[in-house]
Amino acid sequence: MKALQHSPFWALSVAILRGFLRDRAAVFFAVVFPLMFLVLFGGILGNQDQSKVDLIQVGAVPLVDGLPKDARAAFRQTFEVEHAKDRAAALEKVRKGDADVAVEQRGDRLVAHYTQTDQVKAAVTQGTLRAFVDGANVAATGQPPTYSFAAERVEDESLSVIQFVTPGLLGWAVAMSAAFGSAATLQGWRQSKLLRRLQLAPVGTGTIVAARVAVTLLVAFGQLAIFLALGAAAFGLTLTGSWWMAIPLVAVGTLCFMAIGLLAGALAKTTEGAVNLANFLVLPMAFLSGSFFPLDGAPAWLQRLSDLLPLKHFNSGMLDVMVRGEGPAAALAPLGILAGFAVVVTLLAARLFRWETT
Amino acid sequence: MSAIHVTGLTKRYGDLVAVDAVSLDVAEGEFVGVLGPNGAGKTTLLEMVEGLRRPDAGGVEVLGEPVWPRNPRLQPRIGVQLQASSFFERLTAREQIRTFASLYGVGQTTADGWLERVGLADKAGSRVEDLSGGQAQRLSIACALVHDPELVFLDEPTAALDPQARRNLWDLLSSINDSGRTVVLTTHYMDEAEVLCDRVAVMDHGRILQFDTPAALVRGLDAPARIRVAPGALTAEQAGAIPGVTETRADVDGVVLVTRDPAAVIGALAAGDHLDGVTVQTGTLEDVFLSLTGREYRA
Repeated sequence: MKALQHSPFWALSVAILRGFLRDRAAVFFAVVFPLMFLVLFGGILGNQDQSKVDLIQVGAVPLVDGLPKDARAAFRQTFEVEHAKDRAAALEKVRKGDADVAVEQRGDRLVAHYTQTDQVKAAVTQGTLRAFVDGANVAATGQPPTYSFAAERVEDESLSVIQFVTPGLLGWAVAMSAAFGSAATLQGWRQSKLLRRLQLAPVGTGTIVAARVAVTLLVAFGQLAIFLALGAAAFGLTLTGSWWMAIPLVAVGTLCFMAIGLLAGALAKTTEGAVNLANFLVLPMAFLSGSFFPLDGAPAWLQRLSDLLPLKHFNSGMLDVMVRGEGPAAALAPLGILAGFAVVVTLLAARLFRWETT
Repeated sequence: MSAIHVTGLTKRYGDLVAVDAVSLDVAEGEFVGVLGPNGAGKTTLLEMVEGLRRPDAGGVEVLGEPVWPRNPRLQPRIGVQLQASSFFERLTAREQIRTFASLYGVGQTTADGWLERVGLADKAGSRVEDLSGGQAQRLSIACALVHDPELVFLDEPTAALDPQARRNLWDLLSSINDSGRTVVLTTHYMDEAEVLCDRVAVMDHGRILQFDTPAALVRGLDAPARIRVAPGALTAEQAGAIPGVTETRADVDGVVLVTRDPAAVIGALAAGDHLDGVTVQTGTLEDVFLSLTGREYRA
């Protein structure tokens, strides 16, 4: 350990890490910015499935009022009930969007006045009310129902929005900081001639690269730890069986995105240009790789296009092992694809690499 | 053995010949200046000697070793300060020099000692971005010297410094070859080369035009001396009558006597009791430089 601490590798790694930690913008974009999205998605979208339908009950509605206790509880789970006397005012409220549905009972007929503004809620409202009417009809016959219905979720009970967004956002965060880090270092060091200066020191290129990779890996594992900790502590993220396969995935993914950053750094002529180019490559890739929203609804050609992006494979591997409960083997194909990507892009970057901008 | 042995060194960039068949030898312990206008090829020459650039033709031996391809035996023996301040971003002065020390396997105490020596002990905790131009150059020089190299290259260490900071740096620069270290410095300041260097190579258009001691260069110029006499002491006619004076010019500040025999003219002035306020200006390296490189303006 003592010997390591005085080695050029250690000295370079510490210098790079200090440079990163003191760069507020870099730390913000690597950690805080993606976490803001996690809070946004985990906190806001996470509550969407519990969002109730606002129902105004106009006058007396015996069908609802007379529900047995357990059916009443179920009813309350879907609807937030409000009572009103004035029918016109209630309809006006629905029209304005202050309520989702107004319900009145005319004799034996239950009439629901709904708005089509939110189509999902409109469908839920109609389906649920119809089910309650059917249930009441069956109860009115005094006969036990012939058929019964039970709903069971396929996934783990805990599979909420946070489970889906955490791996994807983490993928985006890792890709962003790995690509920006290597692009900015390469360009910045080339511009300040530090690269030249290091070339004249008794330090091999391998040592310089190893130090940069070590620091980027450390940052990526830091991101992983922070994401998992915050997800679990604040939003109820629950990891499944072989989540530890996320560690090799993050490692190989980091190498792959570093290679993309190196390519950007080799192509661009200024530090700003390198960072912009890295951004240009990473942000659309994050969108097309399902980092922000699932691609299941996307057209087939777009999904096929996304198969060409390394982040897509990173994200799907992370989802499989972290939340879908798949075994370690599920990560092997993404690992192979990412490694292949890393090798090809690194070779390309090395071919385009120049020691100086001139 | 010479510290640097260069023969027929040539580098072309397309049609431009940046360095044109340069040969030169620098002895061990010498302080050598490479003087030339911007774009003369000084930096390219230096980079080839340092082993950073591959020459198109010619050979370079430094401390008895070939420099190309990258020679790992040579790197610990040479120190380099590049034109830009090549620092790790956002490190303090102390962290900076300690990092460079570690790259050369040098201990931290030695590194801190260098910080002290270049007068940056009180700036040790400041980030490099917060150092003044002069302080940054001092740090950069300290980083080049931290492993006690036998040969040091300094590429325009005083460029972009104000006159005070420049003079200030001279003391440091003149002290770094005290211990027998060989120093190669590029500059475009004549006064700097004259004060610091044992020998000066005047370079332009990729060629070394002259390579000699500053005094020999000035002597070789054979420029006349200009003697200025205080106003009212002499008229231009009287001055012109002194033997040895080839030309006179009168203005509000007095009379200027141009001569190739300043000793005789000053003797005559002394005999006539006209020595009050006399100033003598002989050729400077600047005259040498301008006579060699021409006077047309270059950006």
